[in-house]
Amino acid sequence: MSDTDTSFLKSRPAVWAGVALMAAALVVLPFALATVGTAWVRVTNLAILFVLLSLGLNIVVGFAGLLDLGYIAFYGVGAYAYALLASPHFGLHLPFWIILPIGAMLACVFGILLGAPTLKLRGDYLAIVTLGFGEIVRIFLNNLSQPVNITNGPQGISLIDPFRLGSFSFRDNQTFLGLTASGPIKYYYLLLVVLIAVVIVNIRLQDSRIGRAWVAIREDEVAAQAMGINTRNVKLLAFAMGASFGGIAGGIFAAIQGFISPESFVLVQSIMILSMVVLGGMGNIFGVILGAVLLSFVPEILRYTVQPVQTTLFGRVLIDPEVIRMLLFGLALVLMMRYRPAGLWPSKTRRREFAPRNGREGR
Amino acid sequence: MSLLSVRSLRVTYGGIEAVRGIDLDVAEGELVALIGANGAGKTTTLKALSGMVRPAGGRVTYKGIDVTGMASHHLIRQGIALVPEGRGVFARLTVEENLAMGAYTRNDPPGVSADLDRVFELFPRLSERRAQVAGTLSGGEQQMLAIGRAMMSRPRLMLLDEPSMGLAPLMVQKIFEVIQSISAQGVTILLVEQNALLALEAANRGYVMESGAITMEDAASALLESPQVREAYLGQ
Repeated sequence: MSDTDTSFLKSRPAVWAGVALMAAALVVLPFALATVGTAWVRVTNLAILFVLLSLGLNIVVGFAGLLDLGYIAFYGVGAYAYALLASPHFGLHLPFWIILPIGAMLACVFGILLGAPTLKLRGDYLAIVTLGFGEIVRIFLNNLSQPVNITNGPQGISLIDPFRLGSFSFRDNQTFLGLTASGPIKYYYLLLVVLIAVVIVNIRLQDSRIGRAWVAIREDEVAAQAMGINTRNVKLLAFAMGASFGGIAGGIFAAIQGFISPESFVLVQSIMILSMVVLGGMGNIFGVILGAVLLSFVPEILRYTVQPVQTTLFGRVLIDPEVIRMLLFGLALVLMMRYRPAGLWPSKTRRREFAPRNGREGR
Repeated sequence: MSLLSVRSLRVTYGGIEAVRGIDLDVAEGELVALIGANGAGKTTTLKALSGMVRPAGGRVTYKGIDVTGMASHHLIRQGIALVPEGRGVFARLTVEENLAMGAYTRNDPPGVSADLDRVFELFPRLSERRAQVAGTLSGGEQQMLAIGRAMMSRPRLMLLDEPSMGLAPLMVQKIFEVIQSISAQGVTILLVEQNALLALEAANRGYVMESGAITMEDAASALLESPQVREAYLGQ
C-alpha cells in the first residue's frame, strides 16, 4: 500500500554499501564545502530546512491530497515562537529543547485552526483559503507591533539565541581532534539528525493505518467515508502533523539566522515549497527530498556561475545575474513539468495516473 | 424482530425535503428492494441509513439500538456497509489495495485474509486482476470490486445503491446472481434499484418510493403482480 518504495532499504549487501557510502559522504560534506566557502555550508543548511518543510507539506499535499498554499505560515509561527522566547525582545531566554516543542505545538494548533473551517473544501477552493491564511499570518506578524509590541513589526526580531546545551553553543567555532568546526557546520549535523528522524517518522506514518486513511481520502473522500474512515479527524491530523514539522523547521531557522522578519514568510516561499514537493514527486518521500535539494541548490549554483559564464562567452555581463537566474530557474520548472509531469521520482500511485491507460479489456 | 427499523425518517437538503417521513423494516437475513423512479429519494434514504447525511427527523434502530444520526465510521464498525452509487472504487489503487481498504476498520489479519479469499472465490474475475489498477477495470468489474470491498468489512447489513447502473445487461444479470449468493450466505441486504423487475425478482420484500414517500409495501412477488407497479415501473 505504501507509495514510497522502501523495499530497496531491505537486505542486499550492495545496497547497504551504498547507504554506508552516502552516510560517509553526508558526514564529510560540510568540511568539504567549507574549503570552498562557509557560505556553501549555510546554503546546505537552508537546503535541509527546505527538505524538512517539503516533507511536512508532503504530508498535507502528497499523502492526504489537500492543496495548501499557505504552508509557510507554520514555518513563521515556529520561527516567531522561538524568536520571542529566546531573544532580548521580551528578555526571555528559554533553552531550545523547551521552545522547539512549544513551537511545534503552536504550529499544530494553527494547523487545526486552518483545517477545521476548510474540511469541506477541496482543490482550488482549498488552495484559495490556505493562501489567505498564509497571508493573514504574515500580515499579523507585520502589524502586531501596536498597540502592544509583540512581533516588533517589519523590523523583525534580532539577536535571537543560538541553540545552547550548557556551555556548548552551536554558534561558536570549536576545535575538536584538530578539526575546526564552525557554527554552520555544527548546525549542519544537528539538522542532519533532525532530518533523519523526520524521514523515519514520515516512512512510519505512510505505512501506518493513518497513512492508509490519507491515501483513501486523497483518492476518493466519499468512498473513504464508506470504508469507515473518520475523514474529519484524519484530515485535521494531516494539517496538524504537517504544520508541526513546519513549526520545528521554523524554530531551527530562527536559531540559525539569529534574525527573522515577516519578509521570510511570504507567499513565494509557500509556492517554492510546493514546487519542491510537486517537482520531486508528490507523495514519495525520497522524491520530495530530491526536489527540495535540487530547487535549493540550483538557484545558488546559478548565482555563482551565471556571471563568469557570460564574461567568458561575451567578454562582458549582458544580463543581470539576478534576472537570468530566475529565468533559467523558471525554464527548468516548465521543462520538468512538460517531460516529467509526475515529478522526478514519483510515487507508485502518481505514476499510474500519468501512465497510458492500458490493460482495459472486454466487459 | 427486525434488524433495521426506520420510523418517520426525514432528510432535507437546504429546505427541500428529499425524504418525507418514511417507515421501513428489514429483518435479519432478508433481501429487501427499495424501488422507485429517479429522484424519488432512494439514494438519500441509503445515505441517511449509512451515516453519510444526517437525518432531519425520525428514528433509525439497528440491532435494537438507536443509531439515528450516527456517523458512518461508527456504523460500519456496527456492521453496516454501503456500496455507493456509481461504485466509488479507488481508481488509482489496485484491486487488492481497494479490497484492503474495505477492511480498514478490522484488526484481525487472519480473518481479513480469509475474507479476501472468499471475495476472490465469489469474483474469480477480481482474482485474475488483483494487481490491476481499479480505474482500468470495466464498469461491471468495478461494481464487483465495490461489492467485494464492502464484503471485506464483514457486514451484517449491506446497503447497495443502484448496482445495475450503467452496466451491460449480461453484466447486470451476473451482479444480481452475486447479490443473491451473498444474501444466501446470511448477509442482510437493502437494495436500492431503478431496475424494478430485476430487483423484485431477487428480493423477498419490496418498497416503492415516490417523491420522498413510501407508497407501497409488500412481498416482492406480490409487487411484481400488482397492476400499479407493472404499469409504472415494469412498462406493462
